[in-house]
Amino acid sequence: MLQADLNIIAPEIILSVYAMLALIFAVYTKKDALAGLLIWTTAALFTGLAIWIGMSGSGENIAFDGMFVDDGFARFAKVVILLSAAAILLMGKDYMERRNMARFEYPLLVALSVVGMMVMVSAGDLMSLYMGLELQSLALYVVASMRRDSIKSTEAGLKYFVLGALSSGILLYGASLVYGYAGTTGFAGIVMAAGNGQVSLGMLFGLVFVISGLAFKVSAVPFHMWTPDVYEGAPSPITAFFATAPKVAAMGLFARVLFDAFGGVIGDWQQIIALLSVLSMFLGAIAAIGQTDIKRLMAYSSIAHMGFALMGLAAGTAFGVQALLIYMTIYVTMNIGTFAFIISMEKDGRPVTDIKSLSMLSKREPGKALAMLILLFSLAGVPPLVGFFGKFYVLRAAYDAGLAWLAIAGVIASVIGAFYYLRIVFYIYFGEETDALDKGKSPILWGFLMASAVIMLVGVVNLFGIETIAANAAATLVN
Amino acid sequence: MTLVVLAFYMFAISTLLGGLMTVISRNPVHSVLWLILAFLSAAGLFVLLGAEFVAMLLIIVYVGAVAVLFLFVVMMLDVDFAELKAEMARYMPLALLIGVVVLMQLGIAIGAWEVAETAEAARGAVTPEDVTNTAALGLLLYDKYFLLFQLSGLILLVAMIGAILLTLRHRKDIKRQNVLQQMWRDPAEAMENIDVKPGQGL
Amino acid sequence: MVTIILFAPLIGALVAGFGWRFIGETAAQWITTGMLFLSALLSWVVFLGHDGGTTHIVLMRWIESGSLSTDWGIRLDRVTATMLIVVTTVSALVHLYSFGYMDKDPQWKEGESYKPRFFAYLSFFTFSMLMLVTSDNLVQMFFGWEGVGVASYLLIGFYYRKPSANAAAIKAFVVNRVGDFGFALGIFGLFYLTDSIKLDDVFAAAPELANTQLSFLWGEWNAANLIAVLLFIGAMGKSAQLFLHTWLPDAMEGPTPVSALIHAATMVTAGVFLVIRMSPLIEYAPEAKQFIVFVGASTAFFAATVGLVQNDIKRVIAYSTCSQLGYMFVAAGVGVYSVALFHLLTHAFFKAMLFLSAGSVINAMHHEQDMRNYGNLRKKIPYTFWAMMIGTLAITGVGIPLTTIGFAGFLSKDAVIESAFAGTAGGYGFWMLVIAAMFTSFYSWRLMFMTFYGRARGDKHTHDNAHESPLVMLVPLGVLALGAVFSGMIWYGSFFGDHNKVNAFFGIEAHVSSEETATDDTANTGHGSAAEAEDAVADTAGEHMAAAPVGAIYMGSENNVMDEAHKAPVWVKISPFIAMIIGFLFAYWFYIVNPALPKALAKHQRPMYLFLLNKWYFDEIYDYIFIRPAKAIGTFLWKRGDGKVIDGTLNGIAMGIIPFFTRLAGRMQTGYIFTYALATVIGITVLITWMTLTGGAQ
Repeated sequence: MLQADLNIIAPEIILSVYAMLALIFAVYTKKDALAGLLIWTTAALFTGLAIWIGMSGSGENIAFDGMFVDDGFARFAKVVILLSAAAILLMGKDYMERRNMARFEYPLLVALSVVGMMVMVSAGDLMSLYMGLELQSLALYVVASMRRDSIKSTEAGLKYFVLGALSSGILLYGASLVYGYAGTTGFAGIVMAAGNGQVSLGMLFGLVFVISGLAFKVSAVPFHMWTPDVYEGAPSPITAFFATAPKVAAMGLFARVLFDAFGGVIGDWQQIIALLSVLSMFLGAIAAIGQTDIKRLMAYSSIAHMGFALMGLAAGTAFGVQALLIYMTIYVTMNIGTFAFIISMEKDGRPVTDIKSLSMLSKREPGKALAMLILLFSLAGVPPLVGFFGKFYVLRAAYDAGLAWLAIAGVIASVIGAFYYLRIVFYIYFGEETDALDKGKSPILWGFLMASAVIMLVGVVNLFGIETIAANAAATLVN
Repeated sequence: MTLVVLAFYMFAISTLLGGLMTVISRNPVHSVLWLILAFLSAAGLFVLLGAEFVAMLLIIVYVGAVAVLFLFVVMMLDVDFAELKAEMARYMPLALLIGVVVLMQLGIAIGAWEVAETAEAARGAVTPEDVTNTAALGLLLYDKYFLLFQLSGLILLVAMIGAILLTLRHRKDIKRQNVLQQMWRDPAEAMENIDVKPGQGL
Repeated sequence: MVTIILFAPLIGALVAGFGWRFIGETAAQWITTGMLFLSALLSWVVFLGHDGGTTHIVLMRWIESGSLSTDWGIRLDRVTATMLIVVTTVSALVHLYSFGYMDKDPQWKEGESYKPRFFAYLSFFTFSMLMLVTSDNLVQMFFGWEGVGVASYLLIGFYYRKPSANAAAIKAFVVNRVGDFGFALGIFGLFYLTDSIKLDDVFAAAPELANTQLSFLWGEWNAANLIAVLLFIGAMGKSAQLFLHTWLPDAMEGPTPVSALIHAATMVTAGVFLVIRMSPLIEYAPEAKQFIVFVGASTAFFAATVGLVQNDIKRVIAYSTCSQLGYMFVAAGVGVYSVALFHLLTHAFFKAMLFLSAGSVINAMHHEQDMRNYGNLRKKIPYTFWAMMIGTLAITGVGIPLTTIGFAGFLSKDAVIESAFAGTAGGYGFWMLVIAAMFTSFYSWRLMFMTFYGRARGDKHTHDNAHESPLVMLVPLGVLALGAVFSGMIWYGSFFGDHNKVNAFFGIEAHVSSEETATDDTANTGHGSAAEAEDAVADTAGEHMAAAPVGAIYMGSENNVMDEAHKAPVWVKISPFIAMIIGFLFAYWFYIVNPALPKALAKHQRPMYLFLLNKWYFDEIYDYIFIRPAKAIGTFLWKRGDGKVIDGTLNGIAMGIIPFFTRLAGRMQTGYIFTYALATVIGITVLITWMTLTGGAQ
């Protein structure tokens, strides 16, 4: 019994054990001098696990009395999480080392937070959900304030922590209300209790609180307020991490809770998710216009993107979940490329994030400028780039589910949102000449930037077949 | 009204009172003391439920350790709570409005509270027979909730790493103790016996 | 082989257009020209070796949508083969000619590269034209139709620094849209009725269409007539027939080789080609045929009158082209499609030659185009003079009456006029054409006299420096001269000779004609196809209605205009000759004997002169009826609709409302944690209130 359970969570165990062993090893040997090596090994382990999970897993495996579910959906999300985390780790290595931030704890905290994310997407119980969430969040709070001598970084970490604690409280309160109604915290039990669609108001309040707690993690409006400050304050590689893997995990968790636990009351949560979605899309698009800092801008951009992803969720159908998965995968790929560029932005060795500093980049580094152009167009959802297909999927899902107004709102929001992406393009290609940024030296960053841009172009052909994989994954969740 | 019911209401009221006073009392030390009252009352509630182990744990851990730690922290930190509270007072009307709205709605929800048909069965199934509280908890923790238990451990590990990472500084300008060096020190090398001649000095 | 003919120009265009930076300008020119000569050579092989039968070559699947399915295919029959030689030969010669003509063009600055672009456009045009003439379905034909339109647009506007060239290009494009709209409607109509756009299917359904009623616009129409008229409207646009002709004279803004290739020999004849190609359908549309005759004859007359007074050498020839196209339509309209094709063929040779000669004159005179500044150039540019002379003899129709000896135009034009006489019973069409023939003679000789005789007028320096064109420009003239002299005599029999010979030439099944011509040609019934005819009758008797008529063109069973034309009275047969003589004499009198006379006449008959000089005021009328209202509507929609309403709304949103919200969002982001917490709490409150209001109601 236990043996079988442990087999199912083997990847999580391996990662945790690795983190602990590496921690002990580093503490007793060279400490921070090992950071570079640990980043490499951690990234390698992530990649290895991603391949293993992607290749080996099959069917639906349930461990620990339903607290942990390993199905196609979870595996899809885990692969995306692991690969993006590996990419972000490698991207940030150079930056961290040169700024004296390469602490050996950094990759290990990331590893532990990835464990948390993996538990999140596999959660089959409100308690394991909460455990995964906290494990993930706590590690993120720490890395957000890792540059402890910088006021901005510590402020970011503290804000994130306090608001995160608030959201956790809300989530727990919601969970207790749900428990009060269903008498169990297991998703299977909840869905049985709420199966007939007739539930008490208390349970619905519980649902609202749970959704609010999760919405905080995906930074959906109005629970988004931490996002711009934290994105701006945290060191760029960590911002990049915030913008990718945890978002996938939180979205995965969102989908899992809503379908596995509250699949019987889709009509009730659909309207809430749709509301969050439309608010996020519009606030993200509108507020981003006023930003001058590219990291803050990316924060609002991610808020808007989460709004689109929630649109897929709001559809409440298998196709909607498929659209969500496709959207998140594309979003993560685009963000990896964009952040590879942002991390490489520096002047005289110091990182800069002012958008104006990009002026006339096209003259100095045409290749990077072009890649950035493609990525920004893709983020804006300009056809025929891959980013367009992501939006297209969620819009279609919403429309098919009878939420035509939501789809129309999404189109309008994406038109507004196109403005600020194009503004960056404007600076890159037509801005006024200013002091030049340093030429990027890191081949890793260059590679990720270019690879991401090329994917945006080439993926148009068949999205690398992700469509069917996502469809299968979605089918395991919604049935 | 039996004794048990009377005790329940007593504990319940003092729990709520403790919570309320924690929030509104002006002196932070008083707040912590009120918090301790809330913990103690909650422990009383656990006893009424027959969960004496959890009750004791609450008193030992929360009252004995956590609350006392709070007390120290509150006393040591020089925070002008009065000023913060004054700032808060500005938002009081809005806060009250929100509070009232939420309270009313929760009132509606709890007033019309109902549980699922399956809830009773689901809840009943977890109560073990013929075992002590401690043993039952142990069975749950290390069997059913093994995963959660281990994850909690990981969370605590992360908290520890975080605390060290964010606060520990290796100062270069102070001399540090090197335990191994001390242990492996050979007295023969460390000390030299010099025969000092009287009246000469070294 | 046809595939090679078809794609060689495309390859040339692509290589020259995109690859000239790698291979150089000269190489690009040679490649396109070489490809075209290859095409031309193969076309002649195909034409001469053609047995008259119809072959289908499928290149690839093209469109598959619902019941619409189209192959990318070639239909090779006599009409196609004839068009192939016309298009590729003239195009190849024009390519060669352009070597000289486009060299050191004063329109371009030193060092600018324009020649590869020009050659690429020419080759692209040729490809589109071939696509048009070889297609075996209407959609592919439309593709070629639009392709030549685009090429024409690009080439008319080739001197894009000249505002007049841009305006002319746009005019050509827009006027052609009107015709294309009709053509497109015709295609839609055919697809609607026959559920196919394959020519064979359409032809097979033609008899049925003649008995079908179709409601369109305000009334019920006979389907065959309606569609034939719609298709003819397309042809009118492309072939610059009356009412849609205004673009052709303006198109002379393009370089002269372009005028020769596109606006004389090939593209403008596409309309005639369309009517010939659709002959199996047209035959069932008697009213449409009358309409075609009327428009064709009117155009021939109208354009000839305008040509009388024009002073720009290219415009004279342009109106002449317009007029000759009218001839072709009359021939097609009366049902003698072979003669229309015949005139198309001969006209291509002599008109291309006239244009190229005019280009040579213009080249010699340093891009001066006004004939009033010419004169006495005979000695300066003797070869060009002789070429022009041959062209003039051909277009005016010089030959020995009542025989088949004469220049190309003599034979084909006489054939047209005789057919018109037979087809209209000596009516409107016939007389218009005869008068037009007289005018043709007049303005052609006027051109000759003003250019090459008399005394030198205009800038003396220019005249002193007039020089003969280089050999690359003279060789094409020589080749075309051969065509202008001999093409009529060689193929007279094939296109307008004995009925059976024509049938054999076009691959028409003998039985169709043998029934109708049994009385006429009893002597010839013994020819080789009699046995085949019997077989064919046996084969097709059962499914006669369902099968497309065999052969490149189709003439209905009652259609024996051609035979009647052969039996036209002698006065009819010599009437064009007499008209030609009269025209010549008048020209001689006006411009050699008494050069002051034209001016006096113009002064005396001022309204008449201005009427003609201003091309019957067509441009002015169109400007008043169409262009100004369109501009007014456009201005209104632009200023009010677009500027005020759309831009105003969008700008209001984009520059007023959204920045307001942006600032609001910025202000909300205070940086204080309690603000953030407050937002969270308010959010939750709103959400649970919503739940209470909606979910609690359950």
